[in-house]
Amino acid sequence: MNNQEQPVLDIKDLCISYYTRAGEIPAVVDFSLTVKPGETIGIVGESGCGKSTVAMAIMQHMGSNGGIKSGSIKFKGRDMTQMSDEELRQLRGSEVSMIYQEPFAALNPSLLLREQLMEVPLTHEDINREQAYERAREMLANVKLPDPDRIMNSYPHQLSGGQQQRVVIAMGLLSKPALLLLDEPTTALDVTVEAGIVKLIADISRKYGTSQIYISHNLGLILETCDRVFVMYSGEVVEEGTIDSLFTWPRHPYTHGLFGCIPLPTADKNAAPLKPIRGQLPLPHERPQGCYFGPRCDHFQAGRCDGDKVDIEHVTGSAEDHMVRCLRWQEIDHTKEAPGGEAKEAMELGGPVLEVNQMKKYYEVIDSSMKALISGDRVKYVKANEELNFNAREGETVAIVGESGCGKSTFAKVLMGLEGGTDGEIKHDGKDVSETLVRDRTDKQISSLQMVFQNPSDTLNPSQTIGGQISRVIKKFGVASDKDEVFNMVMKLLDTVKLPRDFYYRRPRQLSGGQKQRIGIARAFAGNPSTVIADEPVSALDVSVAAAVTELLMDIQRENKTTLLFISHDLSVVRYLSDRIVVMYLGHIMERGTTEEIFEPPYHPYTEALLSAVPIADPEVTKREILLEGNLPSVMNPPKGCPFCTRCPRRIGDICDNEMPPERQVTDTHRIKCHIPIEELQKVEPVIHVPAPEERLGKPEVPASTH
Amino acid sequence: MLILILRRLGSMVLIMLVVSLILFAIFETDKLAVAGKVLGPYSSTEQREIWLEENGYNQPFFTRYVIWAGNAMRGDFGQSLQLKVPVSQVLWPRLANTGILALCLFAIMIPLSLFMGVLAGMKEGSFQDRAITVFSVLTTSIPEFASATLLTAVFVFGLGWLPGTSSMTAGFSFKELVLPVLVLLLYDFGYITRMTRASMAEVMNSQYIRTAILKGLPYQRVIMRHALRNALIAPFTVIVLQLNWLLSGVIVVEVFFAYKGFGKLLLDAALFGDIFVIEACTLVAVFVAVASQFISDIGYTYLNPRIRFS
Repeated sequence: MNNQEQPVLDIKDLCISYYTRAGEIPAVVDFSLTVKPGETIGIVGESGCGKSTVAMAIMQHMGSNGGIKSGSIKFKGRDMTQMSDEELRQLRGSEVSMIYQEPFAALNPSLLLREQLMEVPLTHEDINREQAYERAREMLANVKLPDPDRIMNSYPHQLSGGQQQRVVIAMGLLSKPALLLLDEPTTALDVTVEAGIVKLIADISRKYGTSQIYISHNLGLILETCDRVFVMYSGEVVEEGTIDSLFTWPRHPYTHGLFGCIPLPTADKNAAPLKPIRGQLPLPHERPQGCYFGPRCDHFQAGRCDGDKVDIEHVTGSAEDHMVRCLRWQEIDHTKEAPGGEAKEAMELGGPVLEVNQMKKYYEVIDSSMKALISGDRVKYVKANEELNFNAREGETVAIVGESGCGKSTFAKVLMGLEGGTDGEIKHDGKDVSETLVRDRTDKQISSLQMVFQNPSDTLNPSQTIGGQISRVIKKFGVASDKDEVFNMVMKLLDTVKLPRDFYYRRPRQLSGGQKQRIGIARAFAGNPSTVIADEPVSALDVSVAAAVTELLMDIQRENKTTLLFISHDLSVVRYLSDRIVVMYLGHIMERGTTEEIFEPPYHPYTEALLSAVPIADPEVTKREILLEGNLPSVMNPPKGCPFCTRCPRRIGDICDNEMPPERQVTDTHRIKCHIPIEELQKVEPVIHVPAPEERLGKPEVPASTH
Repeated sequence: MLILILRRLGSMVLIMLVVSLILFAIFETDKLAVAGKVLGPYSSTEQREIWLEENGYNQPFFTRYVIWAGNAMRGDFGQSLQLKVPVSQVLWPRLANTGILALCLFAIMIPLSLFMGVLAGMKEGSFQDRAITVFSVLTTSIPEFASATLLTAVFVFGLGWLPGTSSMTAGFSFKELVLPVLVLLLYDFGYITRMTRASMAEVMNSQYIRTAILKGLPYQRVIMRHALRNALIAPFTVIVLQLNWLLSGVIVVEVFFAYKGFGKLLLDAALFGDIFVIEACTLVAVFVAVASQFISDIGYTYLNPRIRFS
């Protein structure tokens, strides 16, 4: 590595503003950061806190209305804010490169990847096309892409999301940059793919000595990748330090708040529910006096916290670079700031509400290729769901987990009656609904089975008021018809989802993402459903908002004894809120059981890999690393035997490739579909190791979970 | 790709069949009216019936349609009532004249409007963008007859540089083409310019352009290599569909400048009630419409690799 003395990047007192019609909006205030060679810095915070703005400022690509007001960004000693366009151009892509959140959008759809990769060294170095091709090919192999030659000659849309992100990473590394900026590089990817990319990113800094700035909202990922971390809130750093010091001894109330919002593997929905941060992130021009976090802070002291601007100071007794921007950090009893809110009573489960027996859903696909036309074999079946069996009781939360393409959304569609099932039955309240489409169902059936959707913005009608949309549901399902009665019910629902009553007259565009999702929940519960399907209800939301919405969903469930089917890919959330878990892969249920059974051996090898892929924001929790190779096979052409055999790290032989594994019964509730005998799976070590409370260094006693 | 082309060709044939059947039904269901058009308003009913019998009109409707369609496919559209010559003898030269007009127009308009559109869309909100947008909205909103009058007043009567009519009586002359092309250009270039601008602006705001810039590529390469190809996919469709507009939409210009084109032929035939010419012109117009749609579909698929390789 080059000069150890000189930092790769040195940002001092950076202030960035956006200039809009409303005037100047300070996006980032007094931001300072140094990156040493080979170091990985994490910047964490919720959306709108200015973390991406910092990245774009480093790239000096601010758009037409953004500008650096003061401060300096020194790259290897040269101030980037003073550079000419040409100097910047020579730096970008060769010395500093960037990896983006959505790999698909970041690649040019109509150029071959070969072209897009080769142009990087061709622009920045004096080499010919053959050398550039060789370099690009080599780099693709280095980011562990199989068959680099084929990828070189592909268009972006011909690759999977994980492969695309690897290509973008290869592109960023092609000219051996000194600094790599990663802006939420795995947010758009599946968990197991994410684990692979995170591993790759960690390897890169080791292999090439590249310094990195890793931007994420996920504390778990930051922990796995970074050396130091900066917590940002509303445009400024509120706490910074090494991973060990900051994660073990957080000192800022906001950092505590963030930890309280994420379900740790020890969390339990009844004993220690999530503790959302109240209020909302202030808009940049509505920032309060003094401490920006003041209005949301439990330790706010009038006359002190709302006085002068708070300076960042060193945390005495902690590591040298552990800094915090809080006046009261020494007075707060940090041992009481452990994650987990007030304990709630566990719910009693009622009788069975939903029974799924041998449910199958096949799609017919007409193959229009020449080959199929000639062979006459034109109709193919996509087996989206293959023999699903499980049931759910009143008041129970059953989670369906799996990567995208595993068939979990297809199941939701059949259950809702948007599509008919092919075979088997789904009994809801004792009646088979698998073949009754939604238009043939009675209002009663429809209202008793409702759904909360993933993207709240797309599910609300933009041209109607909130009140109108909810009243319509109430009237439609015949819950009430009298005008005043309906109005009162909407008001009560708004209270239930903790929104102000005057939202009745608002339109969706006036609401934030979290508020829209609350409306989505109110809409789903308006018809007093007995079962609600929640399809990734919080994955599009920020951590603190997600925690609040999750808690809300569970409070309403508790109150109404609703059966909740929770579809998700995030195992930490699932672990936290569900009673039972169904793990799906390629249309099959690979394992099902109670939450405790799923999270402890014996595991299905796929569950094992999923567990290992969950990032955990606790430095004292250790995990076994299991990386899945390859991609999810196409549902058009699934493996002949066990669906997981192509990626299974525990494959035992030909039997896996050729024969469908039997469903083995571990306990009454726990089933595993695998060729490996249960006794052997039983010997597997737990993936996640949580130290006992008394062995812990930093965090005070965490309320023990109930199992 | 091959399947797609075949399928499109098939639907093209089907559309032509349906349209021609409707056309035939509209014009020739009432046999006596046809005979009346041919023989003139003063012919007696007996004369008309004799004419019908002689020309095979007493056969069943579908038989007549098949014969008529067969003849049309061989280029035999019958005799023009007004000009007393076979329709094909006037149709093709007129079509060629309009073709020349379209060719000249396209040769100037496409490079110009694409260039202007790209220039405007490259930097959204800049001075060049606003200037081009305002200018193109302005020219598009002036109707053809107005700009034709204006240009004639300036260049024919004011400056005396150009001839006022374009009938080409003394053989082909480029000078006579200038004004018709100019009028069409003023009217149509703004449309394509704005389409290109919108498409280019969208591409310039896309994340892959940001990637290209942050890869440190020279600006010229970002535009030429990364932006242009994606930005031209949408306007391509529009441009091909202009062909269709030109064929039927240039009536105003052709009439104004007495240019012997397809539009003028259609208008004259309609005014005279020259049914065989109308039939022929309509068939040709529909064919051009369907064919340009076909070309734009196939071209779009070819330009867009996301569709091409899926």
